[in-house]
Amino acid sequence: MARIGPSFRSVASLRVRLPPDTERRRLGGLLLRSLAGIGGGYALAALATVVLSLSLPLARSEAVLAATMASFAVHAAAIIWAFAARSALRAVTGLVTGAALLTLIHLVVQGQLP
Amino acid sequence: MKEGFRQSMAWLHRWAGLLVGWVLFAVFLTGTAAYLRPEISYWMRPELALSRPGPADAEVAVRAMQAMAPNSPSWFINLPDERDTTLRVFWREPGARGRGFREAVLDPATGRTVEARETLGGEFFYRFHFQLHYVGVLWGRWIVSICAMFMLVAIVSGIITHRRIFADFFTFRPGKGQRSWLDGHNICAVLALPYHLMITYTGLVLFMLMVMPWGIDRAYPGGRAAFNAEAFGSAPPRPRAGNAAPLSPVLPLVQEAERRWGGGRVGRIVVANPGDANATIQLVRADSERISYNPQSLTFDGPTGALIQDSGEGHPVAEVRGWMYGLHIGRFAGPLLRALFILSGLAGTAMVATGCVLWATKTRQQAARQGRVGFGTHLLEHLNVATIAGLPLAMAAFFWANRLLPAGMPQRADWEVHVFFATWGLCLIHPLFRRGRQAWIEQFAIGALAFALLPLLNVLVTQRHLLATLSEGDHVRAGFDLGLLGCALMLGALAWKVARHRPAPASSRVPSSIPRPGRSVEAAR
Repeated sequence: MARIGPSFRSVASLRVRLPPDTERRRLGGLLLRSLAGIGGGYALAALATVVLSLSLPLARSEAVLAATMASFAVHAAAIIWAFAARSALRAVTGLVTGAALLTLIHLVVQGQLP
Repeated sequence: MKEGFRQSMAWLHRWAGLLVGWVLFAVFLTGTAAYLRPEISYWMRPELALSRPGPADAEVAVRAMQAMAPNSPSWFINLPDERDTTLRVFWREPGARGRGFREAVLDPATGRTVEARETLGGEFFYRFHFQLHYVGVLWGRWIVSICAMFMLVAIVSGIITHRRIFADFFTFRPGKGQRSWLDGHNICAVLALPYHLMITYTGLVLFMLMVMPWGIDRAYPGGRAAFNAEAFGSAPPRPRAGNAAPLSPVLPLVQEAERRWGGGRVGRIVVANPGDANATIQLVRADSERISYNPQSLTFDGPTGALIQDSGEGHPVAEVRGWMYGLHIGRFAGPLLRALFILSGLAGTAMVATGCVLWATKTRQQAARQGRVGFGTHLLEHLNVATIAGLPLAMAAFFWANRLLPAGMPQRADWEVHVFFATWGLCLIHPLFRRGRQAWIEQFAIGALAFALLPLLNVLVTQRHLLATLSEGDHVRAGFDLGLLGCALMLGALAWKVARHRPAPASSRVPSSIPRPGRSVEAAR
């Protein structure tokens, strides 16, 4: 439960008492999480769609449909993750790791890596 | 950590819901109305006589089209069924680009055009719920898709937040202020949870190739025609040959299709290049027959009537998409299941509405505790009234406009829609001049009155009033009039409820109502 840095949630009764610096950090973290979840999450979902479209062992049209249908679950999960992670930085790191993994799978499936 | 996680999700749930709550309310309510699209369209065209689908409809329609639009590049003929008893035809104007379509309603007995008042009918609610109005079609679809994504996040985070999901199923504590709103919100949400998840996810899937085009663009760099052929087995279009050839009779083809589909019915006939040697006749199976919306179709050569292509059952994943599509639009559903769909849709509408109200109640309590009610609180409450109470009233106004605007008026169909939005706009202004709950009461009450008087107005301005339709056996119109009275009752009950509501102790300054720190998650939901 103990955590370093301010939570991104504001409790109205507490907000008045927060020093301006803490408030700024709270908003900064919030902005970063929103960007990571919405923008980064979309990018991750798009990447997952491309990778799965090209690598699922199905007919080409079937792979495209399956990958695209699943993409919204990926995006939603990414948004949930961005707001659930213990810190904003951790949220971003998690998404980047996911993207890196997907790229790696892609390269392996495409035979560009041993 | 666990509590922190839950609180984060509660925060996410509130904001994801709030930011798009008003759009979602409108989408849910008009989308629920869209389940009755054929019925609404039929009711809004009182000129159309009650007709029953017959075996010769296809032949009649094709002969009518040959007389009306011999040079059109394509005809679309929608055959009547039990729900939509009208024979509707669309055709592309020769030489027109893009969406240059004309349409007509035919009398199945004679094939002559039926003159009905110009109206969008149920099509308006259907279109509005996924592409809004007064904004470009693509803009509207993007906005609604983004709101649906917020909805999905709100649902998932709401489930995580909600730790007593089954206990709350049976919990409703009325007359307890904020607590009751929360209970109401939970009941609407949990009772129809599978429906909410289904409708939101499938809604996203409907426009997935627009929102998430990256997979298809990479896998099919040459364009989407190849994808459509591979995924849905659609025959590639045949170019015009240039020399004339008469079209083969359509009735034997319809019989052939029904035999192949084991008695399944033809819902739509698409004729490409009629009168040309390269004409094709495509028979599409009625979408009320299968859950999957993947069109099952047979394509015949126009002049000879030989079968060119059978789209078959489709590939497994394409069928999954078809089921999602079909589940969303619910056209496969018989009367009982359709009623359940409508109830679930209303539960979704109520879920969004109670969520918005709950938020406003909470904000006001917090503001009151801090001693001042600011602009934000007022804006929230104001928009809640205008959206939740205003939209049903605007829908009633749409029906009134349908009955009262003169039949020959230019752009009549557009004006019905303008009346809808003008009324909604008035509902947005009205709360400025009212204090407290007065705006809620008045808008609900006027909405109830507007719905209740519609069947009476019918007696005055049309021949298709309740007495006539009941004795004629026109169940669709009679049922619709009764449904309008049901809407009136519902809105009336809401108005009454708000009017006799006394602020419960929970919303005043009784200390027990203020969430204790340990219970803050419960209250924060």
